[in-house]
Amino acid sequence: MHIVVCVKQVPDWDIPPSSFKVDEASNKVVPPAGVAAVPSQFDTIGVEAAMRIKDEAPDTKVTIMSMGPEGARDAIKHSLAMGADEGLLLTDPAFEDLDWYQISLVLSTAIKKLEDVNMVVCGRQAVDWDMGVAGSGIAEMLDWPALTIGKEVKVEDGTLTVERVLMDGFETVSAPIPAVATVSNELGEPRYPKLQQIMQAAKKQVTVWSAADLGLDDSQLGADARKLTLEKLYVPVMDMECEFMEGDTPEEKAQNLARKLAEAKLI
Amino acid sequence: MANEILVVGEVEEGALAPITAEMLGAARNLSTDGVACVLFGSGVESQAASAIAFGADEVFVVDDPALAVYNTDTYLQAMLKVNEQGGAPIILFGQTNLGRDLAPRLAFRLETGVIMDTIELAMEGDRLQGTRPCFGGNARAVNVVKTNPQIATVRAKSQEPAVEDSSRQGQVTKVDAGIDASAVRVKVTARSGISSEGIRLEDADVVVSGGRGLGGPENFETIEELAKVLGGAVGASRAVCDLGWRPVSEQVGLTGKVVSPTLYIAVAISGASQHMAGCSGSKNIVAINKDADANIFKASRFGIAEDYSKVMKPLIDAVKQIRGS
Repeated sequence: MHIVVCVKQVPDWDIPPSSFKVDEASNKVVPPAGVAAVPSQFDTIGVEAAMRIKDEAPDTKVTIMSMGPEGARDAIKHSLAMGADEGLLLTDPAFEDLDWYQISLVLSTAIKKLEDVNMVVCGRQAVDWDMGVAGSGIAEMLDWPALTIGKEVKVEDGTLTVERVLMDGFETVSAPIPAVATVSNELGEPRYPKLQQIMQAAKKQVTVWSAADLGLDDSQLGADARKLTLEKLYVPVMDMECEFMEGDTPEEKAQNLARKLAEAKLI
Repeated sequence: MANEILVVGEVEEGALAPITAEMLGAARNLSTDGVACVLFGSGVESQAASAIAFGADEVFVVDDPALAVYNTDTYLQAMLKVNEQGGAPIILFGQTNLGRDLAPRLAFRLETGVIMDTIELAMEGDRLQGTRPCFGGNARAVNVVKTNPQIATVRAKSQEPAVEDSSRQGQVTKVDAGIDASAVRVKVTARSGISSEGIRLEDADVVVSGGRGLGGPENFETIEELAKVLGGAVGASRAVCDLGWRPVSEQVGLTGKVVSPTLYIAVAISGASQHMAGCSGSKNIVAINKDADANIFKASRFGIAEDYSKVMKPLIDAVKQIRGS
């Protein structure tokens, strides 16, 4: 059994909203100074899902695949320290400004090149663009089923079973492997690497593939080949003037709030 | 046909889902070439008249027992059949269980693009512009799909439904799903609804939400009591659901429920962008938080900067008194 987990390195999402900035001229996010990029939260949950399968079936091979700049190596190393076996970095200037169709093309082409992959795990969405389509895209391009937004992922006798998180409940779905699963935070916290694992992971070799290694060129990865364009990126203005309740005690403030709500016909 | 819009409709408990009426309302405003709607499922033909009343000119009905429960494989096949017939250059899905799974799959199959979770839609010539929250709600992106069909999903309550007009006329076209069972690889083996008592969170007019600042699951009692007194529903932040204090079904935020009640009371919630993405559509937000600089106050109409535990009981008492209960 060979599982590939797709992991993306993103700007740290856990920052105060006030330090989030966008350069509107270039439609790009300006990462705050001194804040390191991190693996996308749902992706480390994907690594956890793969490791739980490996816990049960130790001969499972888990490969961490990341597309991005050299810095994406850190996301791979973190995932290797969680117990994954191998790392694969897809890096090339041609990969820098892709839409989701192109991203899915690069990732699915790499999976085909690996040849023996039985299952792919992705986060339900990357926490930068929050689009949530790459898992389905990879599956479609490989002609595999995709079982999306899982809180539990199991493989038994060649069948992938995923408990999906619905807006109003849960649903259990299954499909024969090879298949794609995407995972959500309901799966649980990703395991934290031990110091010894971090040191071991640092020594592991990461394979690097370029666009040429994947047989992809500008006709597929260029701006003209995009299906989707970004017209504008901006920070929405939050400019509510909050009226703080006055009063000498919390009780008085509470009573004033009730009175205000009644006056505004909200209660 | 230049900008005809196909709305992928949904039927819930024997009625047209609110999101479908909202998308039909939006499509009517955007399209100069007509609005079509497709209904999938078993026994859904009776809802075609409702779709017309809410703004559809043509309704495709794909009635097949194999479509009674959503399954990526069967619905994709049926959707491709409808696309062959209709060929609308713009397709809208709800950002629902169905839309968030099927819309991307359809887009990749048709080798086109998809804009997920839009909150604003506009037409620029024959191109649909979709505005969507991203970076955990910190930013908004405006996207355009260059290829046809242009596919987008629409967030619940982001669009106004048209006024229902039962005198509207429209055409109903039956489409044979013709499901090829040999191409269905996905099996849905179990489905469980989370039975939340009382009012559905996303339909509630009043929502009282609690965050990690409550300190423990037992302190949600006061949230439940205020919600009960106001006839509202209980919500929770993602941190609280991840900690297992509350069921996932109560999670308000980017990856949980998106609510837009008249009154949203956030108790001991700091207002991380992730949470705001789920409640910023509320008409009035009220925050109770001991940190006067908490982000939640920037989105609030009224606020109390105090420890919640000192505020809740007198607030509940005062509300009871006003409501005479």
